[in-house]
Amino acid sequence: MTGTDEKVHLTREHCLDLLRQMVRIRRFEEKCAELYSGQKIRGFLHLYIGEEAVAAGTMQALKPDDAVVATYREHGHALARGLAMGPVMAEMYGKVNGASRGRGGSMHIFDRGKRFLGGNAIVGGGLPLAVGLALADKMQGRDRVTACFFGEGAVAEGEFHESLNLAALWKLPVLFLCENNLYAMGTALDRSESQTDIHLKAASYNLPSRQVDGMDVVAVEGAAREAAASVRRGAGPFFLEFRTYRFRAHSMFDAQLYREKEEVEQWKENDPIPRFADWAQQADLLHPADKEAIEASVQAELAEAVAFAEAGAWEPVEDLQKFVTMDEVPA
Amino acid sequence: MPKQTVREALRDAMAEEMRADENVFLMGEEVAEYEGAYKVTQGLLAEFGPRRVVDTPITEHGFAGLGVGAAMTGLRPIVEFMTWNFAMQAIDQVINSAAKTLYMSGGKMRCPIVFRGPNGAASRVAAQHSQDYSAWYANVPGLTVIAPYGAADAKGLLKSAIRSPNPVVFLEHEIIYGRSFDVPDDEDHTVPIGVADVVKEGKDVTIVSFSRGMEYALGAAAQLAESEEIDAEVVDLRTLRPLDTETVIASVQKTNRLVVVEECWPHAGMAADIAAIIVDEAFDYLDAPIKRVSAVDVPMPYAANLETLMLPSVERVVEAVKAVCYR
Repeated sequence: MTGTDEKVHLTREHCLDLLRQMVRIRRFEEKCAELYSGQKIRGFLHLYIGEEAVAAGTMQALKPDDAVVATYREHGHALARGLAMGPVMAEMYGKVNGASRGRGGSMHIFDRGKRFLGGNAIVGGGLPLAVGLALADKMQGRDRVTACFFGEGAVAEGEFHESLNLAALWKLPVLFLCENNLYAMGTALDRSESQTDIHLKAASYNLPSRQVDGMDVVAVEGAAREAAASVRRGAGPFFLEFRTYRFRAHSMFDAQLYREKEEVEQWKENDPIPRFADWAQQADLLHPADKEAIEASVQAELAEAVAFAEAGAWEPVEDLQKFVTMDEVPA
Repeated sequence: MPKQTVREALRDAMAEEMRADENVFLMGEEVAEYEGAYKVTQGLLAEFGPRRVVDTPITEHGFAGLGVGAAMTGLRPIVEFMTWNFAMQAIDQVINSAAKTLYMSGGKMRCPIVFRGPNGAASRVAAQHSQDYSAWYANVPGLTVIAPYGAADAKGLLKSAIRSPNPVVFLEHEIIYGRSFDVPDDEDHTVPIGVADVVKEGKDVTIVSFSRGMEYALGAAAQLAESEEIDAEVVDLRTLRPLDTETVIASVQKTNRLVVVEECWPHAGMAADIAAIIVDEAFDYLDAPIKRVSAVDVPMPYAANLETLMLPSVERVVEAVKAVCYR
C-alpha cells in the first residue's frame, strides 16, 4: 500500500504489509549471509539487518513513478520498492537472470520499471544523481519525487553538501533519507562528525529537516508521508535523519572491534520487527497466527528466489564486452 | 565556405541541437548570464531561457552528478566545465556514474550526456590551469572521448556527441577557440564519432595528432615539404575513444614511418598507446622506430620561456620526422 496520503492508516491490512516487508528483508539478508558462507555469493555483501523499518516505512510514501536512489546496502530498499525477490537473489549469485544480469552484484541492483536507479557503491555518489533526477522532473513539469537513501558516513563527503545546496537552492523534489546507523564502517559518528545531529547540518541548507526513530516503522512511515507530501506540494526538498542500527557487521569482513557487544545487544532489544509486531498485537491489529503465516509465506518466497537464482544461467562469455557502450547512434 | 571561429561553431552546434530536441539542456558555471567564461555559450540564454541554460554555483562534483541523474531519466544534458582542470572535482561522477552505469546495470540504464570544456595548455596560467586530460579519459571503457581541432569538426562532432546515447567527454582547447576555419553552412552538418581524418595525404611519413597538436603537426608538414622535401601524411584522430586504429594503420602501411604528436605528458599517454597499437598491428611495415612528441614530463611552469619549452612545437615535430626518416 503506497501512495500520497499524508497520514498513516493503520488498518489490519496495512500492518500485515509493514510486517511482511520487514520480515522479507530480514529473512532475505539472513539467507544471503548463509549463502555467502556457502560461497554462492562473493565479494562485498552489506546486510541491512536491524534497519528494515527505514526501507519498509519510507517506501509507503512513494508512488510507482517516483524514483529511488540507494546505496551499497540496498537489498532491503530494492525488496521494499517491489522488486521481485528472484532477480535480486540471482544478482547476488551473478547470474544472467539477476536484476542487472549479474554485472552489478550486491551493490548495483537496478530496475528501470520500478524506477530503482541503483545501488551506488561510492559513499555519497547517489546524492547528486538523485538531485539530477529531480531536476529533470522539475524541468519537464512532472509531478514526481526522488527518494535518496544514504548513510551518515556520506555526510562527511563534499557531495552531500553540494547536493543539499543545489536541491534547496532550486527547490527540487528530493526526499533525502539519511540512515544514521551510528557507524561509518568502523568509525563511530562522534569520530567523524563535528555535529552529530545530522538533521541540524541539513537544516543549515535552508530545507525542512527532522530526526526520526528509525527503529519504529510507524514513525518512519509517518515522517516519510509528511515529508513526501511537502515535497509534492512544491516546497522543495525535505530531509529525514533516521536513527537506526545495523545488527550485523559492516560487510562480511569485519570483526567489529569498534563497538561493544553490549551495545549491539541493547539495540537488538529495540529490534524493529518484534517491536512493531508486539505493538500491533497489543493494539489488536495483528493476531498471533499472522506472524507465523507471514514467516511461512516469506520462507516460500525465499525458497523460490534461491531456486530461481540457482537455475539461472551465467552470462555467456561472448557477452563480456556487451553494454560497455550503446551502439545505436540516432541519425 | 563561410568562416567561423571554433567558439562560434561550438555555440551553433549546441543551439541547433537544442532547437531540434527539447530534451537537450546546458548546465555549468557562468554559462547563462555571463555567456560562458570563454564566451562559448553566447546568446543561448536569450534564445532558450533559464530553464534550459542553467547557471550553477561553483560545485563541479554536484552539477556533474546532477547531469548524470538527469541523463538517466531521459534528458540530454550538456555539462560545461569552465575548464577540464576543475572537472577533477567531478571525475568520480564522470567515471563511476556516467561511464559505468550502462554496464553495471546490465544494459538497463543509459546515460546520454556530454561533458565539455577547454582542455590542455592555456597560456601563462601555470600548473593547475594547464593540463591535458586526453589520456585520462581515453583510458575509461564506457566513455566516448572527442578532441577536435578545426571548427567544422568541433561543430559536427559536438552535434554527434549530443545525439549519442553514450556519455561523451568533449575536449576543447582554449587557444584555438578564437581561430577561424571553413565550416559548412548546413544545419545538418555532423561528423561521425570514431573516424579519423587524413587531413593531408603524403607518402614519406605519418604524423598523427589531435586537438591543438594538429597545429604542430600541420606546421611541421608544411615546413618539411618546403625545406626537406619530405611528404608527410597528417592524420587528425578527432576521436580518442573509440580510436580509429584502421586509418592510422593504413597510413603507416603506406608511409612506413610514424610520429605521434600530443600535448599530454609522455608517460602512459595517448601517443604511447598508439605506438603500442602500431607495434602490435603493423610492426612489419615499420622502417624506423616510432617517435613521440609530447609535453615535457613536468607540471606546467608559469615563466614564458619554460612554458614554451614544456609544450610540443613545430620544431620538435620536424626533428622527430627527420629522425624517423633518417635525414
